[in-house]
Amino acid sequence: MVSGGGRADLGDLPLAALRAAALERAATLGCSHAEVRVERIRSQFVALRDGQVETTVDDTGVGVGLRVVRRGSIGFAATVDLDPAAAAGLADQAVGLADATAVALGRPVELADEPSHGEVQWSSPYDLDPMSVALADKVALLEDWTGRVMGDRAVDHVAARVVAVVEDKHLADLSGTVTTQRRVRLFPVVEVVGVDDRTGTFESMRTLAPPAGRGWEYTTGVGWDWDAELASLPSLLAEKMAAPSVEAGTYDLVIDPSNLWLTIHESVGHATELDRALGYEAAYAGTSFATFDQLGTLRYGSPVMQVVGDRTTPQGLATVGYDDEGVAAQSFDIVRDGVLVGYQLDRRMAADNGFSRSNGCAFADSPLHVPIQRMANVSLLPAPGPGPGPTTEELASGVDRGIYVVGDKSWSIDMQRHNFQFTGQRFYRVEGGRLAGQVKDVAYQAQTTEFWGSLEAVGGPSTWVLGGAMNCGKGQPGQVAPVSHGCPSALFRRIRVLNARGEASR
Amino acid sequence: MSRSPGGPGSDGVEAGRGLSAPQEVVERALAASRCDGCAVIVEDVSQVEVRFANNTTTTNGVRRDRRVAVVSFRGAPVGLAPTAVGVASASGEVDVVGLVRASEAAAARAGPASDAWALVEPAAGPGPGEGFGEPPVLTSPAVLDGVVAGLGDAFGRARSVGNLLAGFAIHGVESLYLGTSTGTRLRHVQPAGTMELVARSADGRRSVWAGGGTSSFDDIDIRAFEERLERRLAWAARQVELPAGRYEVLLPPDATADLMVALSEAMSGRDAEEGRSPFSAAGGGTKIGEPLSTMPFELRGDPAEPGLGCSTFLASGASGTDVSVFDNGLPVTATRWIEGGVLRRLRYHRAAASRAATTAAPPVGNLVLALPGATASLDDMIASTERGLLLTCLWYIREVDPVTLLLTGLTRDGVYLVEKGEVVGAVNNFRFNESPLEVLAKTIEAGRTERALSREWGEWMNRTAMPPLRVAEFNMSSVSPAT
Repeated sequence: MVSGGGRADLGDLPLAALRAAALERAATLGCSHAEVRVERIRSQFVALRDGQVETTVDDTGVGVGLRVVRRGSIGFAATVDLDPAAAAGLADQAVGLADATAVALGRPVELADEPSHGEVQWSSPYDLDPMSVALADKVALLEDWTGRVMGDRAVDHVAARVVAVVEDKHLADLSGTVTTQRRVRLFPVVEVVGVDDRTGTFESMRTLAPPAGRGWEYTTGVGWDWDAELASLPSLLAEKMAAPSVEAGTYDLVIDPSNLWLTIHESVGHATELDRALGYEAAYAGTSFATFDQLGTLRYGSPVMQVVGDRTTPQGLATVGYDDEGVAAQSFDIVRDGVLVGYQLDRRMAADNGFSRSNGCAFADSPLHVPIQRMANVSLLPAPGPGPGPTTEELASGVDRGIYVVGDKSWSIDMQRHNFQFTGQRFYRVEGGRLAGQVKDVAYQAQTTEFWGSLEAVGGPSTWVLGGAMNCGKGQPGQVAPVSHGCPSALFRRIRVLNARGEASR
Repeated sequence: MSRSPGGPGSDGVEAGRGLSAPQEVVERALAASRCDGCAVIVEDVSQVEVRFANNTTTTNGVRRDRRVAVVSFRGAPVGLAPTAVGVASASGEVDVVGLVRASEAAAARAGPASDAWALVEPAAGPGPGEGFGEPPVLTSPAVLDGVVAGLGDAFGRARSVGNLLAGFAIHGVESLYLGTSTGTRLRHVQPAGTMELVARSADGRRSVWAGGGTSSFDDIDIRAFEERLERRLAWAARQVELPAGRYEVLLPPDATADLMVALSEAMSGRDAEEGRSPFSAAGGGTKIGEPLSTMPFELRGDPAEPGLGCSTFLASGASGTDVSVFDNGLPVTATRWIEGGVLRRLRYHRAAASRAATTAAPPVGNLVLALPGATASLDDMIASTERGLLLTCLWYIREVDPVTLLLTGLTRDGVYLVEKGEVVGAVNNFRFNESPLEVLAKTIEAGRTERALSREWGEWMNRTAMPPLRVAEFNMSSVSPAT
C-alpha cells in the first residue's frame, strides 16, 4: 500500500460470491483461462460557463465482466446485474460466443504466463477522496477561479470545469490472483476566451495544469500552483490576441513539456503498441510504421532520445498495481539512445511473439468492456547527469530563429503514426536565442522519425513535467483510457510550421 | 423487486433478467421524489459484437447495461418554472430512493440554473405514451450469425490471395424510458448496428475499407462488402505518387459524413451568439440567414427519416451548452439546419432560445445532407471527371481553428486518381486542412443522397445519409506515407 492512498470501496458487493460463481462455471465449461472483474467507477463532472453552472454529472457505474479463452477462442460477457447467478450466466454467454465465433478463428489465442499474486490490495496515492467533496463545493471552487479571471478586460468568456474519477476494481482469475485496487484522478481546467467583435474572430487560453493521479488536494496547491497560473491567464490571452500571425516556414522549435507530452503520446506511445504494430487495430486505431521486424534496429530518433514505458510512475494516470490481466506493474525501455528496443504488451501479444511475460499493459475502461492492450505512462527522459542539464532558457539560447511552443490544443496523426500536426496554447518567437513575444496561428507538422531525428537536446530534470490525457481512445467498441507522459523541454531543429489561418483560406 | 437468476443455459444477452422492470424504476423514483419536479431516465442497453483482424476473430463480446438518471427540480412556485436542479445517475439494479435523495441534495445546494424553464407538459396529456409498458428490447448473438459465417468464408478467400481482413460488427438495442412529474411517460427503442471491413495486402501497401450502418443486419451481406473491397484493391494495382496541393476531389457519401457531422457539432446557437463560433457574425449576432453555398443544399435532422428513425423526444441526464435537463420530454421534430444553401437554424435549448428570441432546436439523432433533385451516383460522377482524386473516408479529424472551423485529418484506406472518367491508380494518402464550411462553398457537384457511415464519428452518429460531392481545390496539406 502506498502511503496516503485509500482502499477500494466495494465492501457492500458480494465480491467473493460473484467471482466464485463466474470462475467456477468457466472452469466447469472447460475454459483454459478466465478472469472476472467487478468494478465501481464513481465520476463527477462540473462545468461552469461564465460563472454559471452549465453541466453537473454525478455518476456511479457498476458491473461485472468475464473474459474466457476456450479452445483458443475468446468470449467476453458482462452485465450490470451484480447477482452471483447472473455472474455464472456470464460464463455460459462468454463460452457460447467463443464457440459460435470459432468458425472464424484463424489463430488460436494463447496468453503469456503470469505467476499468481494471491490476494493483494493496491491504491494510488492521494490525500483527499474527491467524492468526499460535495458537488456544491466543487461548484464553489470553480466560481472562485472564474471570478479571478472574469473581470479582466481581455476576457469575454470563462469556462471552468473539473472531472473527478474514483475507479475501484476487483479482479480474479483461474490462477488464484485476486486484486482489489483503487485509482483516483482529477482534471481541473480553466479557459478564457477573448472576442474581437470587429473582425468576428476570437482566441482562447487554457490552463496548462495536466490531469493527474491525485485527489482533491490537487486543487489546493499540491502538485500545481493554481494561484499563479490563474493570475497569468488574462494577460497571456491579451498578448495572444494582439500577437502577429506566424509566417509559415521552417523553424527550430523549443517545445515545452506541456505540449511535447501529446506529441510523445501520438508518435511514440501509440506507435509502440505491439497489437497495433501487428495489425490488430488495422480497422480502427491503425497500425504502426514501427513494425515488429525492426525491434532493436529502427532508428527512431537522435541518440539523446530515451523513452520508457512505466506503469509505476507516481501520479501517473496509467499507473496501477496490477493490470487488467493480473500482471504486476512494470517499467521497461521503449527507445534507448534513439533506437527502438521495446513494445508495450498484453499477455496475448507477449505469448504470440516470443516474450516470456507481458509487461502489464492490459486495461479495460469499464467492467462491461474486454481488456485490450493500452498505453503505459510513456515518458521521455531528461538529460542525464552529471550536472543539472539545460534549462528551457538554455535550450532557447542556441536558437537563432525559432518558436517556443507551450500547451497542447489540436492534434492529429495518421494511421501508421508517420505524419502529424499539432497546435498549442501559445507560441513565442525565439530570436537570437531569446524569447521575443507571442505569435499566433502556429501549427507544426512533421514525420515521426524525421521529427525525433531532429531532436538536438533535451532539458534537465528541472524541466521535466508529467502531462497526460483522460481520454485516449482505442478499440471497438471504443474504450477511453487515462494516461500520463512525462518529458523535459526539448529542442528540435528545422520543423515545418504552418499558418493555420492561412490554411483555411482559398 | 423480483429477481430471477440468469443461470446456466441462459441465451445471449438475456442474463439481465434479474433487473427490475424499467417502468417500475421510473415510477418508484417519481413516487420517492420530494422535490418540486422530477425527471427519471432509464436506458437499457443490450449489445453483441464480433471483432477481427489478421483473418481471425479477436474479441467477441455481449453486454447488458442499465443506466438510471434522476433529475430533481427545486423552487417552483405553483405554475411557474423551477429555478434549480440537481442530477444523479447510476448503473445496474440501483438504489432508487438513494439516487433520488442524491439528486435532491444536489438541487438543495445548487444556485439558480441558467437553463431553468417550465417543465415540459406532455402534449397528449399525462399518461403512458405508445409502448411505454413494453419491456426492453434485447439483441442476441444470433443477429451476427450471418456475419460470423460469412467471415469464416471471407478469411479463407483472403488467405488464398495473400490479403488480411480486419473489422468489427456490432449490434445493439437501446430501450429508453422517460418519466416526469408532469406526467410524461415515453419510451424509445433504438436499434443500431455497424459493419466495417478492411482488407490489406500482406505487404501493407494496399489497404481498403468498406463500412455501413444498419438497424438489424438483415441488409448486411459480407460478400457484398468483399466485392466493394475487391474493386478498390484492383484499382490499387497501379500506384501513383502525387505531391501535396489543392485537388479536385470526389467525396463518397461516407467521407461527406465525416465532414458534415463535424459541421453539425459546431452549430451551437449560444456559441454563435457569444462571438465564439464560425457561425458568429462580425459585429455581433449569428450568421442565420446567410448563404453557406451557392448550391441549394439542405442539412436536416428528422426523426421520421426513412431508415434512419430516431427518438421523437429529448431525454437528457445532463445539461450542456445547447441541451437542458429542463427540456426532458420536449418533442424532437424535423429541423432544417441549412435550407436552400442558407443557414437557417442553430441548436438551442428553450431557455437560451428565449433569450435569443428564437425557437428551441434540440439535437436530432440523425443527419442528412441533400441537394434537391440530384440524381448522380458516385460512379456517374467518376465517369464525368476529367482529373481528380476519389477518396474513401477521412480519419483522425480534429479542429485546428474554431474561428474558421478549419479541420485537419487524413485520407484513409483508398485515394484514387481519376482521369478522363476512369480510375487509373491508387494515390498516396494526404493530410488535409479544410473547413467543412469551405467544402460546402467549394462544392461544384453533388449526387444523390444515400445512407452513409462516418468512419470518424460513426460510433456515436450512426444514422447519416449523404451525397457524394465534387469539391474544387480541396487542400491536401502534406503527404502521409501511411497505408
